[in-house]
Amino acid sequence: MVKFLKKCYVYLIFAFLYVPILVLMVYSFNDSRSRGTWGGFTLRWYVELFQDRAIMSSLYYTILIAVIASFVATVIGTLAALGIYNAKGFKKKLTMNLTYIPVLNPDIVTGISLMILFVFAKIQLGFVTLLLAHITFNIPYVVLSVLPKLRQLNKHLYEAALDLGATPNQAFWKVIIPEIMPGIITGFLLAFTLSIDDFVISFFTTGSGVSTLSITAYSMARRGINPKINALSTLMFLLVLVLLVIVNVRQEREEKKGKDGKNGSKARIGSPSPDRNDPQFGPDWL
Amino acid sequence: MKKATFLPYLIWMIMFIVIPLILVLFYAFTVSTPEGYKLSLDNFKRFFEPVYLKVILRSLGLALVSTLICLVLGYPVAMIMAGNTFSRRDVLMLLFVVPMWMNFLLRTYAWLAILERNGILNIALSWLKLPSVNILYTNAAVVLGMVYNFLPFMVLPIYSVLRKIDKGVIEAAHDLGANPVGVFTKVILPLSVPGIVSGVTMVFMPALTTFIISRLLGGGQFTLIGNLIEQQFLVVGDWGFGSAISVIMIVFILLSMGIMSFFEDADKEKTLW
Repeated sequence: MVKFLKKCYVYLIFAFLYVPILVLMVYSFNDSRSRGTWGGFTLRWYVELFQDRAIMSSLYYTILIAVIASFVATVIGTLAALGIYNAKGFKKKLTMNLTYIPVLNPDIVTGISLMILFVFAKIQLGFVTLLLAHITFNIPYVVLSVLPKLRQLNKHLYEAALDLGATPNQAFWKVIIPEIMPGIITGFLLAFTLSIDDFVISFFTTGSGVSTLSITAYSMARRGINPKINALSTLMFLLVLVLLVIVNVRQEREEKKGKDGKNGSKARIGSPSPDRNDPQFGPDWL
Repeated sequence: MKKATFLPYLIWMIMFIVIPLILVLFYAFTVSTPEGYKLSLDNFKRFFEPVYLKVILRSLGLALVSTLICLVLGYPVAMIMAGNTFSRRDVLMLLFVVPMWMNFLLRTYAWLAILERNGILNIALSWLKLPSVNILYTNAAVVLGMVYNFLPFMVLPIYSVLRKIDKGVIEAAHDLGANPVGVFTKVILPLSVPGIVSGVTMVFMPALTTFIISRLLGGGQFTLIGNLIEQQFLVVGDWGFGSAISVIMIVFILLSMGIMSFFEDADKEKTLW
């Protein structure tokens, strides 16, 4: 009996979490502009979605920025993680604390502070500023994804490679990089997802003519409900879901390989919150 | 491998994180006069005008209420999930976080369709022959939006702390004669305090800083601190005042961080600041 009640309660909470999303999805197929009535099944909103120039242009910018920003962030972040791993004392502390600032700062503060910087430095708000902002908030997540992998690394691996005749360069590229590759890829995917998902920071750092999907959706949503947004939300939700499944399957395989360190590989994407205000980001979530 | 490869990172972070924050501080603590910028606390003084005090009190109030509701709703969820009611716990936990991966904005927007006058909620109520409710564009809708968006932030840390509790401790309490209520209040609850504290901060902070939820579900003009900041920067153009509010917001965040770190078990890599 108690068990039954417990299950009911959890299912109720799950319903609370999922019903709004389902409603949105169902309405995206509703052939009627008013929400009160069901006008039959239609794909009209999806067709209109792909004919909407503003949405298509923001889709282009969203993907372009996400790809470039997550790539740049992965390179800088991986280098940074290697540096932090090898650094000691004050330098290490300083860099680690720098890493946590954008993670802990409210998005709105990161957004307005970057906006002030760009205006102050007389950089025209637009594509470039948006890209710089995205790289900035992405880097810490790459660092935090790669560091656990480095900590699992056998300290003598690099020396062993050198002893066996590898040059430092070879040892780095053929031994260290492949070992930490899962962390790098996780970091990249996380950065990519966060970049697509971001609204607040983009909102403050973009200029006229350049807009991401979230910004377009926001300006449409402010004018009330629009079936095209429902269609867009449905597609975006499915896209993120697919990304999530890919990452998790990858990680499961990783764990099965038996290289299970104490915590690192248990840090699933999907479990760390997508919100950057999450101080517990990293292992120990699931 | 001994080179300082974090140098590009350091330069990047100083340029795009540290300097912008210094600029925020600069604008917050100066006023522009004909002779140039002058050090002043005027921006902070403005904050104590009744209009703005009301905004901050409302923000704190709504954030607090949402946090409490999240705690009350979330703790049982975390406890049930951590127990052995469900066999596929990991899958369930994953399902629990999946909605969080939907765009924050769109998740909030979804409630519009439910709460509006001809929305699902009222249709369902009229089926049940109940009077319709109009909570869209009220504080209740904002709280609902916050609870909906931040509930997982409460459940996850509590869940992970509860999972780590040694089952032996609980059995020992039973063996020593504690009734279920006693076991909960004297053993489980105290042991889960770090999770609660972490959950509370993780709900409270974003609830305090959000401006989307209040804009979409709250309707009116600058309802919360976040909206006030947005207004100052994008509409009014008063950077000084906007920066001052941001500084106050950062102080709030640092305070709650400080409280949280006090409870956090010493993680060597995490340095406190």
